[in-house]
Amino acid sequence: MFAAYANQVSNTTLLANAGYLVSVVLFMLGIMRMGKVKTARSGNQLAGGAMLLAMVAQFVEMGHINPVWIIVGLVIGGTIGLVSAIKVGMTEMPEMVALFNGSGGLASALVALAAYMYLDVPGTPLMSASMGGADPSIVNGLAVMLSILIGGVTFTGSLIAFGKLSGKVNGSPIMLPGRHVMNGALLLLSLGGTILVTFTTGGLPGAGIVVAVTVMALILGVMLVIPIGGGDMPVVISLLNSYSGIGAAMAGFAINSQVLIVSGSLVGAAGLILTQIMCKAMNRSLANVLFGGFGAEPTDGGKGGGADEYTNVKAADAEEAAMILEDVESLIIVPGYGMAVSQAQHLVHELGDLMEERGCQVRYAIHPVAGRMPGHMNVLLAEASVPYEQLFELDQINNEFKNTDAVIVIGANDVVNPDAVDKKDSPLYGMPVLNVWEARTCFVIKRSLSPGFAKVKNPLFEADNTYMLFGDGRKAVEEMIKALKEG
Amino acid sequence: MTGEVLIGFYTFILACVAGYQLITKVPPTLHTPLMSGANAISGVTILGAMVVASGRGHAVATVIGVLAVVFATINVVGGFMVTGRMLKMFGSKKK
Repeated sequence: MFAAYANQVSNTTLLANAGYLVSVVLFMLGIMRMGKVKTARSGNQLAGGAMLLAMVAQFVEMGHINPVWIIVGLVIGGTIGLVSAIKVGMTEMPEMVALFNGSGGLASALVALAAYMYLDVPGTPLMSASMGGADPSIVNGLAVMLSILIGGVTFTGSLIAFGKLSGKVNGSPIMLPGRHVMNGALLLLSLGGTILVTFTTGGLPGAGIVVAVTVMALILGVMLVIPIGGGDMPVVISLLNSYSGIGAAMAGFAINSQVLIVSGSLVGAAGLILTQIMCKAMNRSLANVLFGGFGAEPTDGGKGGGADEYTNVKAADAEEAAMILEDVESLIIVPGYGMAVSQAQHLVHELGDLMEERGCQVRYAIHPVAGRMPGHMNVLLAEASVPYEQLFELDQINNEFKNTDAVIVIGANDVVNPDAVDKKDSPLYGMPVLNVWEARTCFVIKRSLSPGFAKVKNPLFEADNTYMLFGDGRKAVEEMIKALKEG
Repeated sequence: MTGEVLIGFYTFILACVAGYQLITKVPPTLHTPLMSGANAISGVTILGAMVVASGRGHAVATVIGVLAVVFATINVVGGFMVTGRMLKMFGSKKK
């Protein structure tokens, strides 16, 4: 194909394509470097630079156009992005990423919609140089429709995920009767209809079909995410991130842009891998996350008592906890979402340092799905300058609990539930958890005995060696530090 | 089906395989920043947005294109900035 076009390809097109090629390579290098702690920052900068380069190349390729409106759009979007990225706290990071992702999905859908309008009007070729002013092909038409479909689902799906994470939408699964049939029908109608119409019309489907698919996509995004519990939102965001990549790749097919296809599919594959890793960490299949409605059913008597009926709970205050901690030689701190919510990470680090000064071995155990995103706890503890060497993953530390004097659980629940190990009828059964109950003493800092995302009871709270410290994570840790210093 | 489209398919499949390989081994610490970084890269749709916003004689499509530019830019700028902020923390603690 290059040979065929060779004599028509202008210098600017060549220059632009060289720019695209370099940026695609830089995208790949950037992603690779982002996978290692030492090089992660430079990887991100590399990818950002690649994006800038690709945009410059795009301007070069477009040649004589009126750039005013594009620049207006760049300035408005850039300002919004900049301000929200600076203002967002580390705790709200997951929902911010969801929002950005939805924004990208919407953009892909809009690109496809606009591309459709251009393709529909003969004589307004999109990329006169690289398309050669060709008539819209079946592939262009199909890609337009798929891009609208995927982009639309990503947009509303991400918005619901954002709502659930930020508490604006009810976090528990909302199970509509017959939703599987409804979703199946929607998917079949939109996808099947798209393919059928594209092929029968030999190019572009009619405007009515486009509108119908758009509406169906938007509804589908809501319907797919709403039955999934707030605890599973990390998986959902990761999957939607993958979708938005594929959506961008489809937009690339719609307007014949190779850079879009490459970078979009790179991100699509990456998001899928992350999704798989996260599902594995919860010992569940992706299908179970998406269709399971995990945590929707209130556990009845047969499943081991109400979710918040506890007997034999021992409460302790900060001073009592400090008295025990004074004689402790090894301590493992287990952070959860509660630490994020109360912004307690700096105080947690202070507590850890204080214990270390007393000659106690201090380690942090990070459950892969603690918090609301994989690595969420790592980010927060890094923010508080906790040394990397003190952070341990589940596999590394799970055998250590039995030789440990004390554990402090801060705002975690389901990830330290012993039922996951020994109670076959628990919905958590089989999920890898941190075996904190094996330690000599276990302190659990928590607001109340209310259940976690899985909506099940946690027998850890009534274990003989567990002390509950009720209250806000930040305040509780603050009081413990004070008591330790005084004592 | 034109040659360009065929090349597109090759690119698509190969890039999927490459993406799969790039991300197989990543420490959990970096999952959130990586997700955020990948999300920023998915904002590459901004290139498509620029094309459709470049005003080629179709007013409505141009308006939609400019909107697409706005949303894609939010994704790109916000995404890279947020990722940078997260990764900065990993760097600083190493003194």
